[in-house]
Amino acid sequence: MTGPMILTLTTFLPLVGAMLIMGLRVVGGANMASSASKSISIVTSLVTLAASLVALSQFNPNVVGYQLVDTAPWFGGSSYKLGVDGLAISLVVLTTALMPLCILQSITSIKDRLAEYMIAFLLLETLMIGVFCALDLVLFYVFFEGGLIPMFLIIGVWGGKNRLYAAFKFFLYTLLGSLLLLAALVYMSIVAGTTDVVVLQEGLNPETGALLFPPEVQTWLWLAFFASFAVKLPMWPVHTWLPDAHVEAPTAGSVVLAAVLLKMGGYGFLRFSLPMFPEASMLFQPLMFALSVIAIVYASLVAFRQTDIKKLVAYSSVAHMGFVTLGIFSFNEAGIQGAIFQMISHGVISGALFFCVGVIYDRMHTREISFYGGLVHRMPVYAALFMLFSMANVGLPGTSGFVGEILTMVGAFQASTWAAAGAALGVIFSAVYMLTLYRRTVFGEMTNEKLFDIKDVTGLEFFILGLLAISALGLGVFPGIVFDLTQGSTMEVLRMIGR
Amino acid sequence: MNFLADITNALPETILVAFGLSALLLGAIGGDRISGLLRLLAALALAAASVAAFVQFGRGEAISAFASAELSPNGLYRVTLFTLFAKGVTYAMASLALFMSGGFLKSAQMERYEYPLLVTFGSLGAGMMLSANDLMTLYVGIETLSLSSYVLAAFRRDSIMSAEAGLKYFVLGALASGLLLYGSALVYGFSGGTGFEVIASAPTSVGLIFGLVFLICGLSFKASAAPFHIWTPDVYEGAPSAVVAFFSTAPKIAAVALLANVMFVAFGPHIDSWQMIIAIISALSMLIGAFGALMQNSIKRILAYSSISNVGFALIAIAAGAELGSAAVLVYMTLYVIATLGIFAGVLALRRGGKAIDTVADLNGLVKTKPGIALGLLVLIFSVAGIPPAAGFWGKLQVFTAGIESGMLWLVLVGALASVVSLGYYLRLVWAMFMKPAGEPMDRTDASVAAIVAISTLIVFPILTIGIQFLLSAAAQAVVG
Repeated sequence: MTGPMILTLTTFLPLVGAMLIMGLRVVGGANMASSASKSISIVTSLVTLAASLVALSQFNPNVVGYQLVDTAPWFGGSSYKLGVDGLAISLVVLTTALMPLCILQSITSIKDRLAEYMIAFLLLETLMIGVFCALDLVLFYVFFEGGLIPMFLIIGVWGGKNRLYAAFKFFLYTLLGSLLLLAALVYMSIVAGTTDVVVLQEGLNPETGALLFPPEVQTWLWLAFFASFAVKLPMWPVHTWLPDAHVEAPTAGSVVLAAVLLKMGGYGFLRFSLPMFPEASMLFQPLMFALSVIAIVYASLVAFRQTDIKKLVAYSSVAHMGFVTLGIFSFNEAGIQGAIFQMISHGVISGALFFCVGVIYDRMHTREISFYGGLVHRMPVYAALFMLFSMANVGLPGTSGFVGEILTMVGAFQASTWAAAGAALGVIFSAVYMLTLYRRTVFGEMTNEKLFDIKDVTGLEFFILGLLAISALGLGVFPGIVFDLTQGSTMEVLRMIGR
Repeated sequence: MNFLADITNALPETILVAFGLSALLLGAIGGDRISGLLRLLAALALAAASVAAFVQFGRGEAISAFASAELSPNGLYRVTLFTLFAKGVTYAMASLALFMSGGFLKSAQMERYEYPLLVTFGSLGAGMMLSANDLMTLYVGIETLSLSSYVLAAFRRDSIMSAEAGLKYFVLGALASGLLLYGSALVYGFSGGTGFEVIASAPTSVGLIFGLVFLICGLSFKASAAPFHIWTPDVYEGAPSAVVAFFSTAPKIAAVALLANVMFVAFGPHIDSWQMIIAIISALSMLIGAFGALMQNSIKRILAYSSISNVGFALIAIAAGAELGSAAVLVYMTLYVIATLGIFAGVLALRRGGKAIDTVADLNGLVKTKPGIALGLLVLIFSVAGIPPAAGFWGKLQVFTAGIESGMLWLVLVGALASVVSLGYYLRLVWAMFMKPAGEPMDRTDASVAAIVAISTLIVFPILTIGIQFLLSAAAQAVVG
């Protein structure tokens, strides 16, 4: 193996933690393992975060191309190859930074089989980091599809009442998409003789310099990749697994799902679809715009009609992911930078919103909007934090939500006026449903007697939400932190599609 | 001396014959009292045969053919790297299946000395048919395997289910053998010989194709490929679990490799005539295996459908032809039988009040009562389903590569669809084990089955997930040519 190893370390550290807990579980039994798993998982996730920050510090944003590359030969045309550019490293840090928060939250809210939960969660972290670091299509696929197993278990074992349906739907929907991706991947590896992402992105035969995939072939390959990423993102009309999965998943599961797993779709478009199939991407731009705008408007309208808080936030995620695809397929700097920023910002905000829902769910064990009302009288700190995240979700200037939305719309406006107009409509709708939600749960008189002795946020919850609030505001005021990092990747994508 | 050379060339089979005949004598004298000893010895003999095959494989000894006869001037028996690889895995699986059956045999009162002997002779038949270079050797090998299998299926004499399974298997198997013989006769009539080389060099004629179709029908039956799969769920359900653990591993890879061998060697030049037939059988098997299991409640029936579906996947590689497909067939089936052996070890491990578990509901809450086995089964099930990072995924990748490379994208897409559908029942098993409340406590697990679960789990993940290149390069040498 050659390379600085820091990415390998970051990727597989959580796996080591998971193995450790698994060993304790087998040797020491359930009780011993579940108490030990708390400290092991916190330490593991913090060490992983530290490792990813080391990787970030070694990353040079001014250098074009992939950095910190670790490679080892594997089989056939595939190799073990990890490496990051600005886009990948920012998503890796997003993942590693959210994980300790998720684990802290889970320790208090998961009562049953904690050790097994932590094993699944740490395993998921390894697979998520791997997805963003993999620079080989086969390796990417292994991480991408492997992530289904722990998430299936997290939803299925620790989920709500209807978890059977949600877990199966999540797994089968995503799998159908990924298998088409697999078929395309196999075809590409046969034609190109390699699955190295760098070679495939250049799209030229290394020996003859001829185009690997002529435009008509690109169309089919693009559609296969689209099937997978559109389900993962999710785009309208294949988004229906998401609300079910979100509603049934435990709080930390929802956070990871919204903050990281959905980003794999957007990441896939930017890393594979656009650079590898530029002609096909151009061809399908109108389709992507139409689907994005439909997603934004439709999901916003549906969100407005929800009675379950988590479902509402889930539909709002679908709408916000619409901005991501809109930005990506604008094929200009503002659009793509905006899309990347929107992905990171949505990771923070939607994660925070699901944590907020988790706070009141842990106390009342219901997510019905009508159950709540007047929370501000008993939970002022919570009300303030929830307000901040609602506003960030709406896209209030000063929060990170604003930067992402405005940039993607600027980008989309340059490409298509009507698409930008549709998206702008979605911004208004998002204010409607978020403010309605906020008014009905937090404001008004407290009429439900069961709520009378509800307690405000605990120190731990304040810590988690406070950190996320700082991130949301910090990214909103200093968006340059992300832009500097992702500028290089954006320019590379634009170069590869010839714009 | 020619005879001595022939014996050495067929060393693995020679070991089995020598052991089988002497053990028969020992058994006749010692009776059921020494059945445990014989079982151990048979497992060792099979392991030795497996080692012998792999040593020959490692030395690259590809003897094209030997033991010639009048109708088969090139020889009745053929040892190639392809057959050596398949034989090695077959014998290893048989050995392990025998090794782990002790506890089950005791609790089911099946500890009779015939049992290890039948497994030995069955495996011998499997090895013979793999090495067949002539339709006669092929038939003798298949019948040696089949006759042992019929008796094994009915081995639990006091159980109606077992007797029924044996009888069904026998009647349908006899029909398939008839088809096979009729096909052989036609092929002989139109090609002028029974040796594979003679058939390969014969011009394509309608009669030859008719014979080929009958041959494919007979061989598909043995490999339990649709539409000749009907017996599989019934036999799996009725036969004793330890026997099914054997059926679904050693003879399975042997039958699929045999089909590949016959198609590639004897009918290689006639590929245009059979490619579509195999492709359709493959598509049917994948779909029937996937949809058929959705409504089943018995674990063994689900595993039967799963094997039908998996054979369908392996047939994609056969349809792709010798050059593209032979390594993929071996990789796919090897990974499949390793995981399946582990799953059956898990099934054998789980007993409640001395009774073997039967339905999916019996697995409820297994993660609480037997966490180690539940975890192992989780990995093995995902491997059989072909979900990464379990190694079964590499098999699927190889098979899909062979399919797409030979231009049969539609077949690969059918396979993708079947994969998704079959996840419907694989996930049900996971669901029962991990997400249902626990049932009554299970009996103690025998160390041998627990060891097999652990070993096969570790092989499937992580050993072969990371080290897949070793299996791939070994299989790549074994291209039929």
